[in-house]
Amino acid sequence: MSEFTPPKAPAHIRQGSSIGQPLTRRDGFLKVTGAARYAADNHPAGMLYAVIAHSSIACGRVSFLDVDAARGHPGVVDIMTPQHKPELAMDPDAKLHPFMFRMDLLQNDRVRYATQPIAVVIAETLEAATEGALLLAPRYEIETAAVGLDGAESFVPPGVGAGNPAAASKGDVQAGLAGASLRIEATYETPSQYHNAMEPHAIVVAWHGDTLSIDMPTQGLVMTQSRIAAMFGIPPEDVHIRSPFLGGGFGSKGLAAGPQILGVMAARMTGRPIKLVLRREQMYGPVGHRAATRQTLRLGADGEGSLTAIDHHAKTTSSTFDDFFEPAADVSHTMYASPAIATSHEAVRVNTGTPLFMRAPGEATGSIALESAIDEMAQACGMDPLAFRLKNYAEVEPISGKPFSSKALRQCYAQGAERFGWATRKLEPRQMRDEDGMLVGWGVGTATFPALMFQGQARAVLRADGSGVMETGAHDMGQGAWTALAQIAADGLGLEIDQVEFRSGTSDLPDAGIAGGSAHTATAGIAIHGAGADVIAKLADLATGDERSPLFGAGNTGVLARAGRLFRRDDESRSETYGDILVRAGLAEIEGRGSSAPDPAALSAYAMHAHGAVFAEVKVDPDLGQIRVTRLIGAFAAGTIINPHLVRSQYYGGMIWGMSFALHEHAIIDPRSGRVMNPNLGEYHIPVNADVPSIEAILVEERDPYVNALGIKGVGEIGVTGSAGAIANAVWHATGVRVRHFPITLDRLIERR
Amino acid sequence: MSFSTTLTVNGVSRTLALDDPRVTLLDLLRERLDLTGSKKGCDRGQCGACTVLVDGRRINSCLALAISHDGADILTIEGVAHGEQLHPVQAAFIAHDGLQCGFCTPGQIMSAIGLIQEGQTGHDPERVREGMSGNLCRCGAYSGITAAVLEAQLSFEETERKQVA
Amino acid sequence: MNRFDYIRPATVSEAVAAASVPGSAYLAAGTNLIDLMKGGVVRPERLVDVSHLPGLDGIEHFPDGGLRIGALVRNADLAHDADFAARFPAVAEALLSGASPQLRNAATVGGNLLQRTRCAYFYDVASACNKRTPGAGCDARGGQTRLQAVLGWSEACIATHPSDFCVPLVALDAIVEIEGRSGRRDVPLESFYRLPGDTPERESVLEAGELILAVRLPGTAAAFAGHARYLKVRDRTSYAFAIVSAAAALQIESGRILQARLALGGVALKPWRTRAAEDSMAGEITGPDTFRRAADIALADAQPSGDNAFKIELARRIVVRALSQAAVGTPKRMPALPASPFAAVSGAITYV
Repeated sequence: MSEFTPPKAPAHIRQGSSIGQPLTRRDGFLKVTGAARYAADNHPAGMLYAVIAHSSIACGRVSFLDVDAARGHPGVVDIMTPQHKPELAMDPDAKLHPFMFRMDLLQNDRVRYATQPIAVVIAETLEAATEGALLLAPRYEIETAAVGLDGAESFVPPGVGAGNPAAASKGDVQAGLAGASLRIEATYETPSQYHNAMEPHAIVVAWHGDTLSIDMPTQGLVMTQSRIAAMFGIPPEDVHIRSPFLGGGFGSKGLAAGPQILGVMAARMTGRPIKLVLRREQMYGPVGHRAATRQTLRLGADGEGSLTAIDHHAKTTSSTFDDFFEPAADVSHTMYASPAIATSHEAVRVNTGTPLFMRAPGEATGSIALESAIDEMAQACGMDPLAFRLKNYAEVEPISGKPFSSKALRQCYAQGAERFGWATRKLEPRQMRDEDGMLVGWGVGTATFPALMFQGQARAVLRADGSGVMETGAHDMGQGAWTALAQIAADGLGLEIDQVEFRSGTSDLPDAGIAGGSAHTATAGIAIHGAGADVIAKLADLATGDERSPLFGAGNTGVLARAGRLFRRDDESRSETYGDILVRAGLAEIEGRGSSAPDPAALSAYAMHAHGAVFAEVKVDPDLGQIRVTRLIGAFAAGTIINPHLVRSQYYGGMIWGMSFALHEHAIIDPRSGRVMNPNLGEYHIPVNADVPSIEAILVEERDPYVNALGIKGVGEIGVTGSAGAIANAVWHATGVRVRHFPITLDRLIERR
Repeated sequence: MSFSTTLTVNGVSRTLALDDPRVTLLDLLRERLDLTGSKKGCDRGQCGACTVLVDGRRINSCLALAISHDGADILTIEGVAHGEQLHPVQAAFIAHDGLQCGFCTPGQIMSAIGLIQEGQTGHDPERVREGMSGNLCRCGAYSGITAAVLEAQLSFEETERKQVA
Repeated sequence: MNRFDYIRPATVSEAVAAASVPGSAYLAAGTNLIDLMKGGVVRPERLVDVSHLPGLDGIEHFPDGGLRIGALVRNADLAHDADFAARFPAVAEALLSGASPQLRNAATVGGNLLQRTRCAYFYDVASACNKRTPGAGCDARGGQTRLQAVLGWSEACIATHPSDFCVPLVALDAIVEIEGRSGRRDVPLESFYRLPGDTPERESVLEAGELILAVRLPGTAAAFAGHARYLKVRDRTSYAFAIVSAAAALQIESGRILQARLALGGVALKPWRTRAAEDSMAGEITGPDTFRRAADIALADAQPSGDNAFKIELARRIVVRALSQAAVGTPKRMPALPASPFAAVSGAITYV
């Protein structure tokens, strides 16, 4: 193990009182009054509307567009096509790094997936632009589309997810399976899923000479800024992006999407501001999705119920023109102890938009399969599924052998099971009914998600009037960044939260990294924390070096910052307000900077993950097969909780995504055309309110000294994992039918009887 | 051809010359009246983000032609609070965290106000859930929404009791 | 959405005259029509807005227990009309299980009758559809067929009718009042719809310009009020179209069935009434044997139109369940989740 010491608290510390408080959302007032301005709510003077025309075929080329018909519609101003468009400074098909995804910007007449943009109609009114797009009535030369997991030759991808190797192993899996007294092998399928944030991707954009003014939702202001700048050959600082609110992102708004760039092109071409908003059906192609998987799990166990081998193989799809490979099997690296583990991936290229990160990418797809398989093995062993999980509890990270930086999973299991009443569960399936005769089933799933942190920066200011400013270009897509980060800022500055002006959500602020990987609170939060410490340290230097200050000479023992005052650490009767210190020094304000970055020493020494246990009760109509999740209880340990009120909401959201994964959402793709046949919210089902009668989240106490200075692990995605598997396992327990094809729909229960 | 339409929006009567009969009530509010609180999530009556009250009833404004609603009285999210004084449903949404990204929230709140006025739920959470099922929330804020509606309804009844007493 | 002429007639006769011009469509609430126009599925050249016509938004109760529902009555208003719900509880339950509260507040009775299928290939204008373009073919055949018809379908069309409301209406002998250029006529709702055959583009018996004025329910139908249920199975708890649904209504005396009514939704291009199954129950004792026999008769002619054989078995089971629930008796209060299998009203419903 490499040398590592946990980060020390800075010499001048703040005695926190905002962190940990269940504050309500600071942006709540704006959101409940309709005053929160989302991108598409903007309307600069002289603005035109742009509407995309998209391909209905999945493979081939566009042979004709009825441009005259569209142009003839009153109000249509111009039509952008491969033949008529502004020049770009960069090839949309260039890929300079793995996070640069190829885009469809009318570079030619080729069609590589259904819903690909093939033209943009620009008009004075939304009605004219919309109808203009329809009037283009494209004709095509159609080629046979590659569709689905068996749609093309498979290959081993160069890497999966964000650069993980496609295969990993430890120990001898074949020997582990051969020597096992019990073996199971099962194959699970998960469908293509689409992020479907409530807010469609949008952009309102105006060129002012060669600078850009943009309103668009983004989870990654700086990456988006630099991508747009590169596409148009202008310096990044000339691209000004405002993204104060996102109407949900879930991974689909991390990077600039092609349709948004088309909006910038339309503004360039017409010389007028443009609003371009995707129609709902256009969100099933160019803005990412979670790829389908087919996963085969082979598990071995000895006579005592200890796993001897885990072999997890995943097949997935990617597009014909770009690389993203759902890292479904990798979840087996971290979950259960086994002397032998092997994970591997294969992929096929099909005519689909490129898949992308979608809330818990890899973990969601992988864990529903793994958690189902673990239950199947528990059943084979004749063991309670929770007891089986505890029996195979990973004391160290199974694949690497590293110790966990912290892991309160046992407490999650215990507290969740207690709250749920798990102890009275019948071991065999189809044993429980409610008073109305409904089959009742209980299932458990283990939740996990890595505790990540990216690079971020923040700037802090203390002013002579006693107030403070904290700036970081963070993103609030619903997770509560406006509130949680302001809480960290308040503590970092030693101020009450209302004395802190928290500035966020534009590209002109310090880079807060991307809001993804459940890492945003850690990334932006540690930068904020550092900026606060930096400015307090500067203030303390002013005071302790000034003999007129009651803090003079305290430099050796340090000071505390609290409620707008600095206190001598060894004698709190001696203190002074920030304002007094600055005024005496003749300063209107004082500035500090902070940054965050993962610590390589900590990363090499420890495995860092959040954990949880989810317990589900489902009721299933014994004859009709309709399923309802009547109780869902998750217990999660994710390090320091900045705001329990908002964290609970994040867990609920994740758990409902788990429910959606297990029972509802899937793209229905016509195998002949490659078109998604349910590209709408009426038939692409996500849960409605009535699907969620009872949901609870338990916040399990956990202190992690290694992940970062504040011990934050992240909570945005873990709720999806565990929940999906728990529900699938509960359906089995209710019915005795093991459905390995997700989502579990009632026809699969009807047919099996 | 221009169509003259009179609408009362948040208590203010407006006579509009519509140049196009295709304009939906939602697009009228958002694109022509700068009332952008009502949101477009699907434009097909499948998500509820565009919910407004028309003559006191909650409907999907994306499927309503503005021209066909000549004479209607429309209440949008912008007309619900009195300045800084939030409507009880709005306050309850904040208190119970019945929102995350906030995009569906105006529709949820208008739907909740409509639901309470419909008077069909009693204090039965199951009826509230069913009554709020026309409003999708991808963030999954449903339990907070249900709690908020139940609480707001209680506070309405409390107000009514006081008025009677 | 295509451009169109907008006409707002002041009277029914003006409306009929205006809509008799080819390319016209009636607009009421527009909850289905505007959706279809936005998708380019239909492109009428003129919309005749009947939503302001006077006199079509009332519910008239007749002394014999029957009633007449104006075509512009909103779905929610009808469902929440206490007298109506007491006499025709299964119809109210069906109404409240359909769509969402917002859509029910807007959608009209006449419009509900005329809503188009939810077949994905009908909605997807890039697919071949004989309904949209006669003779074009049917891409639903051999495509995604899970939700398609199992009764009454043809090679030309395997779509289903999406309405919940119409299922109990058909079971209860509802009559449609229609006005056209040649005057007024009454058509039983059951024969109002056409099966697809070779002409799936012709969905009802309405002629060009004909307008639905009202729906009547006969007094005899109210005699089922004590034992009438609607049951709907769907892919999520609410706000979803039926996979299969059933309306069941019984008249019971001393445990014996005097008369039975049964119709299925989600199985065919029309609400599917099955008189042979109804007749099989007359004079029989209520109970699983009687109901299973009726279910077998009701589905005797069912054929999968693709990968949807499960719907036939599901339909049998839902028939048995709906009849069983009807036999137990109509609950005093509308279930919290109307028509859902999870709608248990404490003490009021027990399963057989």
